[in-house]
Amino acid sequence: MSNFAHDAAIATVVIPAVAAAVLTVMPGWRLPARINTLASLLTVLAAAQLLLQRPPPTSLLLIDDLNIVFLLLNGFVGFTTSLFSASYIAHELETGHLTPHYLRFYHAMYQVMMVGMNLALITNNLGLMWFGVELATLSTVMMVGIYRTEASIEASWKYLILGSVGIALALFGTILVYLAAKPVLGTGMAAMQWTNLVQHAAPLDPDLLSIGFIFLLIGYGTKAGLVPMHAWLPDAHAEGPTPISAVLSGLLLNVAIYAILRFKVLLAASSAAIEPGILMAVTGLISLFFAAIMLYRRRDIKRMFAYSSIEHMGIIAFAFGVGGLGNVAGLLQMMMHSLTKSAIFFSVGHVAQAKGTQQMAEIRGLTTSHPLLGWTLVAGVAAISGFPPFGIFTSEFLLITSTFARAPILAVLLGLGILLAVGALVVRMTALCFGEPSPGSNAITASTMPIFLHLGIVLAVGIALPTFLYDWFSHVGALLG
Amino acid sequence: MTNAMTSLIPAATSLSIANVLAGALVLVSFMMMYQDRISAVINVLALQAAILGFAVIWQAYIQAAPELYITAALALGFKAVVIPLALHRIVEKLGIHREVETVAGISLTMLAGIGLVALSIVVMLHTAAHAEALAREDVALALSVILLGMLMMVTRRNAVSQIAGFMSLENGLILAATGAQGMPLVVEISVAFSVLIAFIVIGVFLFRIRERFDTVDSTVLDAFRGRLR
Repeated sequence: MSNFAHDAAIATVVIPAVAAAVLTVMPGWRLPARINTLASLLTVLAAAQLLLQRPPPTSLLLIDDLNIVFLLLNGFVGFTTSLFSASYIAHELETGHLTPHYLRFYHAMYQVMMVGMNLALITNNLGLMWFGVELATLSTVMMVGIYRTEASIEASWKYLILGSVGIALALFGTILVYLAAKPVLGTGMAAMQWTNLVQHAAPLDPDLLSIGFIFLLIGYGTKAGLVPMHAWLPDAHAEGPTPISAVLSGLLLNVAIYAILRFKVLLAASSAAIEPGILMAVTGLISLFFAAIMLYRRRDIKRMFAYSSIEHMGIIAFAFGVGGLGNVAGLLQMMMHSLTKSAIFFSVGHVAQAKGTQQMAEIRGLTTSHPLLGWTLVAGVAAISGFPPFGIFTSEFLLITSTFARAPILAVLLGLGILLAVGALVVRMTALCFGEPSPGSNAITASTMPIFLHLGIVLAVGIALPTFLYDWFSHVGALLG
Repeated sequence: MTNAMTSLIPAATSLSIANVLAGALVLVSFMMMYQDRISAVINVLALQAAILGFAVIWQAYIQAAPELYITAALALGFKAVVIPLALHRIVEKLGIHREVETVAGISLTMLAGIGLVALSIVVMLHTAAHAEALAREDVALALSVILLGMLMMVTRRNAVSQIAGFMSLENGLILAATGAQGMPLVVEISVAFSVLIAFIVIGVFLFRIRERFDTVDSTVLDAFRGRLR
């Protein structure tokens, strides 16, 4: 039976890979959009299979309590985004913003991105994880530039260059970790396996690991959008197609955080000279404050929510940095953020299509002109700001209270940063959603199902955090140290 | 040190040959810094890739790791010949032969470079004190090349020079990866990086990216500085 679980894990990579190959040669867009959705559905089903039983770790494959959270979330948001993407793309083609020619590899790239992310998540090998993140980056670079406008090409160029430097630094960090492991575990694959490394963490060279972690934090931190390596993120979110903004914020940033977390576990288990948690907490706080201040000055709606993603990545990095109960809060925050932020991008994508602009000054009174989109946006912003009864309130409350018990000053700073961001978001949201509607509006067929699904889950978790979820996250939190 | 080393070459010699090649890479990185013509930067880049190729061949020989010859071939063929030729073509097409624009002056950049090399050697020799001598010194010099490549990327405004900076950074990484004996996936990683570089070069070529966009380029300004972000 364990063979079946093994196959299910492999399937999370193979299904999107096969779909990508098929989609590469397929012309048109209607059928590819359906195949994209179908492949994403199959992937999430394969990932869900792992809940029932998980395979034993092999030299290449590792499924444990930590990555199964990421894998499921990845599959689920990947699937709902593919639904949104189909209706979004249809509208872009009708209005002539995109032509079938530009769209040629869009769906194939979407699946390649899923391959990269799932590979990074399920592998037991440092090198393969690095490879997966690179693959996911390259495919999203292609999708960000799909509109072929000056701004979108600038965005993808910036993303490509910064992303490449990040990926290069992460590789250097990986090499240093290998050098630290080699004297203990011997040369070859054995010294690049997570399970081996964590088991024999104690005798590893502490200095090499410490320096390695700094490179890894900067390298993968670039992918996670942590300040000061965040510069690519707002551009990529604002200029690319909205489904890609949703998966960038909802998925790719998480995968980068996952990579950092793995190395943090390794360092915590060893006698490394530096305390990885402090580095993460400080980087997180800086990201939070920087993004919160930047939120006030945004004029472009997608750019604003991109900064909000930087803010939340900051909170998440802080939470994992603090550790203890913070780990539980971090996991919950990450899950809630992915769901909420992608739901917000779904609404924002349709709003931008309905209004024909992303400039916030030209969008007013959405709840009057487009009640359904307007109110889902209100709900989304309320959720992302951390108002009760949404799930982010639960995680932020948990984080602030648990931090307060251990480091009151940090908790106060965290609270201040969050309040600062909430202020900006609420001011903007009021202007966008209420008051006299602005003129001009296109007819659109919005797919609201994914939005309701995401916000529904966030609301349900906020109202009553399921015990099994809390127990599960506590268990993972204990692993993270 | 390495079990496969032939008895013909004493340990000290193989160490010093590896060190000479790695040191040459650092020197060539400095050479790249003070070039003020783009075509000269590209030529130095080709030279660096060729030296890397020989350094990798040497590592493949002393570690008896035949798969590293693939990495060496990539460096010698793709990075030392194909990419430089493509870059020369881009320079010609975009007409940017003589553009010299460093953010800081060249002498200041060189000074910063010397500082970075000193820093990386001190840090790596200290932290990797327990690693084998060959790996330790290789990694120290490789980190120097990586940091110099980054310095090149931040001090040059031209897209082609930025690619040169990135490729030089990547040369440093390959040096580190091949120097860390027996590291798995090195060949795969070097192939992945070559794909990435091809991607970047093709991107520049297709979209005619001349400069990093935060510079004063009137066409770029007109296109989207007017829009509020």
